[in-house]
Amino acid sequence: MTYLVKPKLLRADAPRNTLGYTRRDYEGAISTLCAGCGHDSISAAVVQACFDLDIEPHKVAKLSGIGCSSKTPDYFLGASHGFNTTHGRMPSVLTGAALANRDLIYLGVSGDGDSASIGIGQFAHAMRRGVNMTYIVENNGVYGLTKGQFSATADKGTKSKRGVVNNDTPIDLVALALQLGASYVARSFSGDKEQLIPLIKGALRHRGPAFIDVLSPCVTFNNHSGSTKSYDYVREHNEAVNRLDVILPRDHIQASYPPGSLRRIVQHDGSVLHLRKLEADYDPSDRVGAMNHLQERNALGEIVTGLLYVDSSAEELHRYLNTVEKPLNQLGDAYLCPGSKALEALNATLR
Amino acid sequence: MNTTQSTQVTQPIQRCNDFVIKFANVNGSGSASANELFARAIMRMGVPVAPRNIFPSNIQGMPTWYEMRVSAAGWLGRRGGCDLMVAMNPQTWDRDIAEIEPGGYLVYDSTKDLPKSRFREDITVLGIPLTEICNREYSDPRQRQLFKNIMYVGALTALLDMELDSVVKLIADQYRGKDKLIDANVNAIKLGYDYAKTHLSCPLGLRVERADGVGDMIFVNGNDACGLGAVFGGATVAGWYPITPSTSVIEAFANYCRKYRTDPDNGMARYAVVQAEDELASIGMVIGAAWNGARAFTATSGPGISLMQEFFGLAYFAEVPVVIFNVQRGGPSTGMPTRTQQSDLIACAYASHGDTKHVLLFPEDPYECFTLGAQAFDLADRLQTPVFVLLDLDIGMNDRLCKPFDWDDQRRYDRGKVMTAEQLEAGKNFGRYLDVDGDGIPWRTIPGTHPTKGAFFSRGTTRNAYAKYSEVGTDYVYNMERLRRKLETAKKLVPAPILQRASQPSRFGAIYYGSTGPAMAEAFALLEAQGIHVDTLRVRGFPFADEVIDFINARDAVFVVEQNESGQLRMLLINEGEVDPKRLIRVLHYDGTPITARFISGRITDALAAHKVTPLPIRKQVAS
Repeated sequence: MTYLVKPKLLRADAPRNTLGYTRRDYEGAISTLCAGCGHDSISAAVVQACFDLDIEPHKVAKLSGIGCSSKTPDYFLGASHGFNTTHGRMPSVLTGAALANRDLIYLGVSGDGDSASIGIGQFAHAMRRGVNMTYIVENNGVYGLTKGQFSATADKGTKSKRGVVNNDTPIDLVALALQLGASYVARSFSGDKEQLIPLIKGALRHRGPAFIDVLSPCVTFNNHSGSTKSYDYVREHNEAVNRLDVILPRDHIQASYPPGSLRRIVQHDGSVLHLRKLEADYDPSDRVGAMNHLQERNALGEIVTGLLYVDSSAEELHRYLNTVEKPLNQLGDAYLCPGSKALEALNATLR
Repeated sequence: MNTTQSTQVTQPIQRCNDFVIKFANVNGSGSASANELFARAIMRMGVPVAPRNIFPSNIQGMPTWYEMRVSAAGWLGRRGGCDLMVAMNPQTWDRDIAEIEPGGYLVYDSTKDLPKSRFREDITVLGIPLTEICNREYSDPRQRQLFKNIMYVGALTALLDMELDSVVKLIADQYRGKDKLIDANVNAIKLGYDYAKTHLSCPLGLRVERADGVGDMIFVNGNDACGLGAVFGGATVAGWYPITPSTSVIEAFANYCRKYRTDPDNGMARYAVVQAEDELASIGMVIGAAWNGARAFTATSGPGISLMQEFFGLAYFAEVPVVIFNVQRGGPSTGMPTRTQQSDLIACAYASHGDTKHVLLFPEDPYECFTLGAQAFDLADRLQTPVFVLLDLDIGMNDRLCKPFDWDDQRRYDRGKVMTAEQLEAGKNFGRYLDVDGDGIPWRTIPGTHPTKGAFFSRGTTRNAYAKYSEVGTDYVYNMERLRRKLETAKKLVPAPILQRASQPSRFGAIYYGSTGPAMAEAFALLEAQGIHVDTLRVRGFPFADEVIDFINARDAVFVVEQNESGQLRMLLINEGEVDPKRLIRVLHYDGTPITARFISGRITDALAAHKVTPLPIRKQVAS
């Protein structure tokens, strides 16, 4: 139960980041998800990513919809404000929040039911609009809280725990995000934190809509043989195109890479994405190529993971709206109210 | 067509500065701007005018009317009936002719002969060959169409004995800098004017005489005023989805923001307006922005209100201060998108599932759209709850004379109970849903306020006073009781009702709200003139202030005058005030057109007659 207090036992030698925070400072309440749930690994990855990036916890706003995945923002970043909104509608609430204060980091957490089924419209339009956010879908192909119904990402032919076969064509949120203008698109697996943590870090440092589809098996309702979202199935079919390291401006780069094996991308804030190539020809700056690759490999039954697309020069909604640099929620009366003189002048034009 | 009156000898109506003129046009033909020009011309002569556009949900080709109340006494509601009809639409000819008052006047395009049977004998018929003159004067088809309208304005100027100079000057003012347009329009006005002077007997029994009734009043529509109110109220974020008749609220907000909120140094915007993909997303954005400390609003109409229901529940339960302008139209379903009604009271008052109740404000005219619109943001922040500004198409989309806008520069926004980093640092106990002040309103923090204190997790699920998820019954009940206290607090904060006492003490009252106001004011005078005395109370907010219920309880019977089919304000009064339903008499007008003074006074007179009320002598005794 989340209203139980999480014990805080801190070892004296716990590592601290440059802000002086320990990982504990990025944790939240005790998870109420099932033991072994992929979502908890994603929460842990978020904690690690924020710790590594020296993010001040209160500078993050975390938003979610409804469902197992949407409960998770309570389980990380306890010192951040969070908003558990309505089913499928997190993107609009996050958009409004981002409009109000452009200085915070916005982290949206959703599930496959929340984003691909009920929330497909808001998912699509938030991507189109270029909201500056990190949007994580914890994708397990089923509804957990209502006990195992298929969601819209369930693959055709996959079997439910009760043996029912899904006949509906799946929605691939990565393909949609690519098509709709997301400027950082990745897919990962909750069981591969080495891959996931850097992808989250890169997304948090990205300007523009960053989308990560994380396959996150449901141990209770969708981890059996015949399911295409089980731990075993995803491990067997996972085909990463690259491996990412996020290098901050303050970091000294020590690793050396064989010639031709590395792709270096500088983001707007000076952070550098080091992509170690696993697919020699894969170009993550080619949106059309990414879409093609995804479709081709998907047809072969492969699950393509890694940083699939990034546009480091992407803009975001505030730039399109030309809003002032100071957050709108911090503008005082004097900046907002035109005052009585303006009104008198206006009255004169209305006679 | 009504021919029964043709046998009677009816004298032409003789009236100065007090009549109703109606234009029957085809929409998309450019008539609206000509008709508005005419209304403004009368106002320029110091005579109050209240025009109303009765238009179809269509872009071109369907019937549209423009009804204009001319009233030196300042009655700005609809009176009922029509003294002069300008019938320009053959599609609606018969019903337009039938609508003219006995002794009234008809102006029509006499280019083609019409059989005598299509007219009435108890009216004065004034034919002007508008098409013929236009075809002679203009070669461009669009000009032929547009100037036909301007030409009848010229003819009316002569027929009503108006000042041609002031019409010409008005045109010069409207098209300042566009000399070609001025000349062309003035020419068309003169063509009509000269034709009437030469061929018709001018003036008619209806006349406009220079007066002093307009003063410093302004002429503006309610949607524009709402947008302006949102600017002055400090709104910085608007999420919206186009829907008639609310769309122009956002357009006005954006226009005024461009004017007043563009940073003079760098041209950047101190506001954000986002057109969402639907109404759900628009209210979602508003909730997100308000949760994050910006003043935010949306504008919508009935169908949008239905779509937003779940989010209203979230904003109510998570206690997020949002403002919703609902410009009501005819329902249910798609209903009558371009006609007016007050039929969303219940849908807004108890919007969303579970036990909810919302704050509603009822502006009467554009002036109050501005003041209550701005005040809505203070109220929302103070109460941390959604606030609905319920206007309707009649106020929203028709230009109306009203008090000039005013603003007190000493006024500061009331941001309500927002705990600052300093207060948190000083160790102030922060429980997001803790009722520390006893008014049901908790303290909130804005995201990003403090590195270690004051963060909380907002949710639509149940929680304890410290915003922790809780399914404990006592936590739930504590929260619901606090919300109930908060709504009690709201009663004292919403704008007070406005009482108008009859000239003599009365056992009867009438309650009304919103756009019914101007027609009610005239009805009150009509009733008084008949010796029927009814105290009136204009409700301006919900939950009802105690005075509203006290008003009812102090009278034998109260008429509840509103523009919907089911008597929604009456339902709220019964439910919230525990008033005996028998004492609340429905006066309901809901055909999609704005209520009229004659309708209200007629219904009240009939009802009192049915109750066998002979109030005058009794009241005189009471008075003494």
